[in-house]
Amino acid sequence: MENFELPLLGGILIGVSSSIILLFLGRITGISGILASSVFDFSKGIESWKIFFIAGLIAGGVVLKITSPEFFDYEIPGSSLLVVVAGLLVGFGTRLGSGCTSGHGVCGLPRLSLRSLVATLTFMGVGILTVYVKGLL
Amino acid sequence: MKNVVGFVGGIIFSIGLIISGMINPNFVIGFLDLFRDWDYALAFVMGGAVIVNIIAFPLIMKREPVCHDSHALPSSNTNITASLIIGSALFGLGWGLVGICPGPGIVNLVTLKSEAFLFVGAMIVGMAVYKKVFE
Repeated sequence: MENFELPLLGGILIGVSSSIILLFLGRITGISGILASSVFDFSKGIESWKIFFIAGLIAGGVVLKITSPEFFDYEIPGSSLLVVVAGLLVGFGTRLGSGCTSGHGVCGLPRLSLRSLVATLTFMGVGILTVYVKGLL
Repeated sequence: MKNVVGFVGGIIFSIGLIISGMINPNFVIGFLDLFRDWDYALAFVMGGAVIVNIIAFPLIMKREPVCHDSHALPSSNTNITASLIIGSALFGLGWGLVGICPGPGIVNLVTLKSEAFLFVGAMIVGMAVYKKVFE
């Protein structure tokens, strides 16, 4: 990926989406939290927009998968075991750390939240370290 | 109305994740490979999103939300806890292992790749374990 136009445009859309959620709903667009609420608090009458947000993520994917399949032309690296271990870590870690790339990064940094800055530097730093160490093995 | 906003917001977010390349774990790993052959393109994703929000958020916060009586934002922005750091570190480890974070994981379900279902299933189990242990 040598050009930066699509990443920049995509990033702007992500910003627009989270600004729309804040403007209309007064909520932070933190996807790990939205997913956890949608799955575990379903019966407790959660804010139903969260389930619709997850549905929107899927719907957008279905539409682009049909209209622009070239964006999906890749393989997911690693064995099934590695994928499961990574999923467990991401699920547990984002709950313990109160957020992921969207809640802490996309929304927390613009709010000038020190917690989100520390979280973002931590998960980016450990992510960079993990890729480096994995490359040595 | 709230549900329509949620749905439309999800679609826009999804399109952003897809066209930016964030859903492709190989691009993400290339971006995290800072010490070898760094692919900096994905820095523009976070950069673009943060620039939009850093301009828009203060303007939005001047008034009450359109569909709610009040904002519901994280109560503390300065309380740096062990949970915050350990949780973020575990997330970073998982993210670095396969290059998928929660949003792109969900969007990847539409590829119908078995790894996407394994990842999202395991992620939900990880969230359930947290809930069981800490809540």
